[in-house]
Amino acid sequence: MTFWLVQTFNGLSFAMLLFLLAAGLSVAYGLMGILNLAHGSYYLLGAYLGLTVIKTTNNFLLAILCAVAAVAVLGVVMQRFFLRRFYKNELAQVLLTFGFLFIIGDLSLWIWGGNPQVLPKPSLFEASYRFGEVVVPSYRVFVIGLGLLVALGLWLFQEKTSIGAIIRAGVDDEEMTRGLGINTPFLFTVVFAVGAALAALAGVVGGPFVGVYPGADIEILLFALVVVIIGGVGSLKGAFVGSLVVGLLDNFGKALFPELALFTMFAPMALILIARPAGLFGKE
Amino acid sequence: MMMRSPGIAAALALLVVLVLLPLVLPKYYVDLVTQVMIYAIFAMSLDILLGYTGLPSLGHAASFGISAYTVGLVSLKVTSLFFVVMGAALGVSLALSALLAVLAMRSRGVYFLMITLALAQLLWGVAFQWRSLTGGDDGLTGIRRPSLGVSVSFADAANFYYLVLVFFVLVVVVLSVLVRSPFGNALRGIRESESRMASLGYNVWLYKFLAFVIAGTVGGVAGMLAAYHIGYVSPADLGILLSAKVMLMVILGGAGTLIGPALGAALVVLLENFVSAQTERWTLILGAIYVCVVLFAPHGILGTFKLKPRQAAET
Repeated sequence: MTFWLVQTFNGLSFAMLLFLLAAGLSVAYGLMGILNLAHGSYYLLGAYLGLTVIKTTNNFLLAILCAVAAVAVLGVVMQRFFLRRFYKNELAQVLLTFGFLFIIGDLSLWIWGGNPQVLPKPSLFEASYRFGEVVVPSYRVFVIGLGLLVALGLWLFQEKTSIGAIIRAGVDDEEMTRGLGINTPFLFTVVFAVGAALAALAGVVGGPFVGVYPGADIEILLFALVVVIIGGVGSLKGAFVGSLVVGLLDNFGKALFPELALFTMFAPMALILIARPAGLFGKE
Repeated sequence: MMMRSPGIAAALALLVVLVLLPLVLPKYYVDLVTQVMIYAIFAMSLDILLGYTGLPSLGHAASFGISAYTVGLVSLKVTSLFFVVMGAALGVSLALSALLAVLAMRSRGVYFLMITLALAQLLWGVAFQWRSLTGGDDGLTGIRRPSLGVSVSFADAANFYYLVLVFFVLVVVVLSVLVRSPFGNALRGIRESESRMASLGYNVWLYKFLAFVIAGTVGGVAGMLAAYHIGYVSPADLGILLSAKVMLMVILGGAGTLIGPALGAALVVLLENFVSAQTERWTLILGAIYVCVVLFAPHGILGTFKLKPRQAAET
């Protein structure tokens, strides 16, 4: 019983991290048709920038702010000057964002070195809670809380505000939305930047338990892609459910079948694809 | 026909050059050209999918890697007899690509990209984690060059070069015939308009499936030769980096032709060898190449210098 509780809990905290990553990736494609393989680079860069800020100032909150701001700016630059020119041209997007993935990955290797690093936890969340035999690190509670908060915020924003309505309209029919006189290019840039910022947030927040190392960008990207495939492109709800599925499967897979952990994630993905090729909440 | 005879003459001239190369080149360069031919086979195989059928697979390394692993496992644990190993390697990559095709072809467009990527990356994960079978991230080492049961030793660089050349020529001939056949025309038709081909009575699914399986099997040829060439297989042979690299080769040279991908493969392999010798920052430069190709040569070298008016008219 203890085993199941602890694994479920760990799975949930990883799932929330995945949600932060997948939300931006999914909405960027759903809204503006951009498949951004450099999305994992935002995680990597966010984690490394956060690490540097924590090491110099010892302030976790400042690390989050700096990493999020810097990566959001990078996202704006990438979207406005590069990706926007290749709307609906997926092949060009793949090669372009792959180029960025390489460039950012190698620059990070150059700056921060090749050793895996773990970000220190904020002192506020050093402690663990104990429920009978189950020990729960408070930091993971914080991550779950943060993920739920972001999910709730995004959901409220998308469903209850007028900008959210515009975004939903844009996912459904971009041309028509533009035809109604809405400045979609500006909106796209903002949404893209928010997605990048969330990935950077995931980098700093995930740093203390996932860590950061060369290659983390690609590994994280794969997880986020599987989440998006399972959940369906362009759907926040899909990203949330997909994150839960992948986060829990990954944790139980690693705990129960260490040699075939990725397979336990893949088999359900294949099943879902066979039943619903566009994912659980995607549109055909 | 007017177009084809000079093409055939050029191809024969190139073949003569390739046959004579080991007689004049030092061993290092013979090895390098061997590597170029292997990746040219690989890039041409992807182009059947990407350039001719319009199916952008981002997991093409799956067929390459699974074949390389089969070579490693069979030749290390069962037999080194070439025809047995080859049969196993190509059989496995054929079966795998049939399976991947069935899964991936339920989707299209960007989903196809993501799913092929995820499926290949999954195999990467299995190779990485299933240490008892695959050796994990250490891979399988000590794969000997094939034995044909004759006295020729393929440990010799020039002899192995000729073995690869035979496969290279075979693949070029088979794929050239294929893309000029009615089958090849049907693939191009599917690339341009799937619905039109379907309404003309073509079984689009079957054509796409066959294109996928052919591409995967030829990709398996490349993986098999690569495993023999370097004597080593690792999860990287299945990974996304290789899948993206072969896609770059195709686009860089010019998708929808056979010469293009071969040219792209040659450029990337040669650049990688020379740049890596000079600096540790090859990845950075490779990244810049990706970005530059998209920005400045989206139709590849062939498209930019030769086919500009036609390509421009097509898009």
